[in-house]
Amino acid sequence: MSSSSSASTPSAAPLLEAVGLSKSFGPVEVLKDISLDVRAGEVHAIIGENGAGKSTLMKLLAGHLQPSKGELRIDGQTVTLTGPVDAERRGIVLVHQEILLAPDLTVAQNVYLGRELGKGLTVDDRAMNEGARRAVRDLGADIDPNAVVGRLSIAQRQLVQIARVLLVPHRVVIFDEPTASLTPIETEALLKVIADIRARGTAVLYISHRLPEVKQIADRVTVLRDGRLVASRPAAELEPMDMAKLMVGRDVAKLYPDHQAASARETVLEVEDFTVPGFARHASFRLGRGEILGFAGLVGAGRTELMEGVVGLRPGRGTVRLNGQPAHFPRVDASLKAGIVYLSEDRKGKGLLLTKDLRTNLTLASLAAFVRGLQIDRAREAAALDKAIAEFDIRTGRKDLLAGQLSGGNQQKLLLAKMMMLDPAIVIIDEPTRGIDIGTKEQIYKFIARLADEGRSIIVISSEMPELIGICDRVLVMRAGDIVGEVAGDEMTEDRIVVLATGVKSQEAA
Amino acid sequence: MTDLAAEKPRSRASWRNVDLTAVAPFVALALLLVLGAFANPNFFSVDNLLNVLTRSAFIAIIAVGATFVISAGGLDLSVGSMVAFVASLTIMFLNSGSFGSPAAMLAAAVVLAILLGAACGLANGLITTLGGIEPFIATLGTMGIFRGLTTWLSQGGAITLRSSEIQSLYRPAYFGSVLGVPVPIIVILATAALGAFVLYRTRYGRHVLAVGSNEDVARYSGIPVARVRTLTYVIQGLCVAVACLLYIPRLGSTSATTGLMWELQAITAVVVGGTALRGGVGRIWGTICGAFILEIVGNIMLLSNFVSEYLLGAIQGAIIIIAMLVQRSLARR
Repeated sequence: MSSSSSASTPSAAPLLEAVGLSKSFGPVEVLKDISLDVRAGEVHAIIGENGAGKSTLMKLLAGHLQPSKGELRIDGQTVTLTGPVDAERRGIVLVHQEILLAPDLTVAQNVYLGRELGKGLTVDDRAMNEGARRAVRDLGADIDPNAVVGRLSIAQRQLVQIARVLLVPHRVVIFDEPTASLTPIETEALLKVIADIRARGTAVLYISHRLPEVKQIADRVTVLRDGRLVASRPAAELEPMDMAKLMVGRDVAKLYPDHQAASARETVLEVEDFTVPGFARHASFRLGRGEILGFAGLVGAGRTELMEGVVGLRPGRGTVRLNGQPAHFPRVDASLKAGIVYLSEDRKGKGLLLTKDLRTNLTLASLAAFVRGLQIDRAREAAALDKAIAEFDIRTGRKDLLAGQLSGGNQQKLLLAKMMMLDPAIVIIDEPTRGIDIGTKEQIYKFIARLADEGRSIIVISSEMPELIGICDRVLVMRAGDIVGEVAGDEMTEDRIVVLATGVKSQEAA
Repeated sequence: MTDLAAEKPRSRASWRNVDLTAVAPFVALALLLVLGAFANPNFFSVDNLLNVLTRSAFIAIIAVGATFVISAGGLDLSVGSMVAFVASLTIMFLNSGSFGSPAAMLAAAVVLAILLGAACGLANGLITTLGGIEPFIATLGTMGIFRGLTTWLSQGGAITLRSSEIQSLYRPAYFGSVLGVPVPIIVILATAALGAFVLYRTRYGRHVLAVGSNEDVARYSGIPVARVRTLTYVIQGLCVAVACLLYIPRLGSTSATTGLMWELQAITAVVVGGTALRGGVGRIWGTICGAFILEIVGNIMLLSNFVSEYLLGAIQGAIIIIAMLVQRSLARR
């Protein structure tokens, strides 16, 4: 490749270096001739779309996979990593994107899992609790080491996971999209932690989709596209828009589509004084025909639970009116029949059957429409899949792939297609672009705008404020179970939403 | 984050796996047939093979129901006791002489057995779904209940069909044959065909696999998870009833030990057949194949002198473990 990674200070020898790394699975070359390095005390960001090969590269660097060609060097010495344990022994640790913790064990038990501190024959709980408390506090969080992990929020679990990894003596830390499920404030805290780690002379490899935070934290940025290294430059030379351009390979000046925000709309959904015990209190809101209504708030503010309560996925009480008529949804099949669909934020856990094929997933919620006599009409299912693949641009090599084999972005498109089979009037989408690359994000936004222009009404729950501001007509902000405010028009700014979401007047300087 | 390109080769591998786990039981059956032929020349006689298949009928039919329960992520340990309970009540009804003609008695008994089986299955289903009790524990409980009630009904002895008229009328249901094929074999094939149709072709079958694959996804898709689950237990109960209706004419009698350990054999047949114990995948024809394998192993042991037939239970226990190991090693590749 033409670009080299010699941009940073040449004095320090690279701690970890990849030279001409390639990886093939069978005939498919996933990574081709990647050379990069990371030095002590720097943050090197790796960015790229889903499928660009970032994860494969990280797995090679952390010993989870062996390269087909090329070599790894640590302190200039060529090494072969036999596995993740070997990599850890050499000081290379990986913070996985997925949370890999035992939900029934406590924070301290998880942090020390597999390397418990002993006292004679017994484990030393006191020392481990103390150590876990310190490790978590070092990350700027305050989590009770005795708390059961299953009861923690996703963000807290993420921090526990990071604390667990950092307990290993390390020289290189690889973060795989650590902020994907964090709110802006939690992200800010994590970036501070990473800056601390860097300041201690550790080398950091950082993968993220969120370009502004890459700009903020990285010293160097390497861009992958289709398994090749397309650029490697000091972060100071790149603005987020440049990075996006390099990732996608074309201009992405306009991420958010135009959406005609009609002024006067008839109300299609009216929720009044709705309470979901333990999560949301006395929530009231209206949704107009063709409107895109955003729900902002911190993780745990009760947005997901409020919507799940409204559609009958969890117990709740209050008044719901659909087109002016009182409606009651004791179970979710009732709201689906009434034309309200809810797309879970947990695509893998609640949205798709990962071990089933695309066809089965596509028609699962609307199977009644595919039954002829007693039988499911498979030909009609196959036709529906063809149509969905075309309409939602689901990129799949073969139609008999399993849903779990699609990339995150394509899974989201499939989930959207699945729920649109019901031809709903109201679409509630929870975190529509979590873990999705910028090119696919742009597509998802277009789909959402198109659905609204077709006269459907959309509710978008998101922790990404720019996306709410970019696509919504109006944004409601929740805080600790209450709807605390509404912003629209010129008032729709990140500052205003953050003030409402956190209840504090000013945000710390970024 | 997943990248599509990296998963392509894995996808090819996983497709090969699906085929392997589906084909494996049939390969095992073929190997057993070859082994049987070597063990004893009489093994391959039409009479012996039909005899073996006929004897597998109870387990095969019950195991079709078990395939539904297990595919939906459940488990039913009570089937053996349920056979004893339903068959005992049915015989007691036949002995009651409520209707004049033996034919009417028999027709009513068939209806009664079906209703009893469905009711027992419904009880299992409601305890696990409405009661929210683990299927293992719930059906362990009903297993004890059905067995205990049978012992009480029989007062520790046997319950025997008394009317010789009914007996002679009913006899062909097990001992008869159509065009040379014994009735039980026809019932096995009919039950399996119906089961395969429901599981693979109907909306309900798709829902069963979805619930077993991921209950949350099913729920968020508007599938009535509890109803789907409960119905799998009812289907299991119906299959038990059909097995009872074949069982009664065979011996004309039940006791407290009727159907003992049949739950183990049924679950073994299902697992040997390639159905995943964690749910989400169901293989009806594999299950039938599994039931045949169990019976043929017993038959070979009987016909050969290699192994004492008293070790049958141990061999069957070993088969379920080996089947799981094979499944796992095929899936890992």
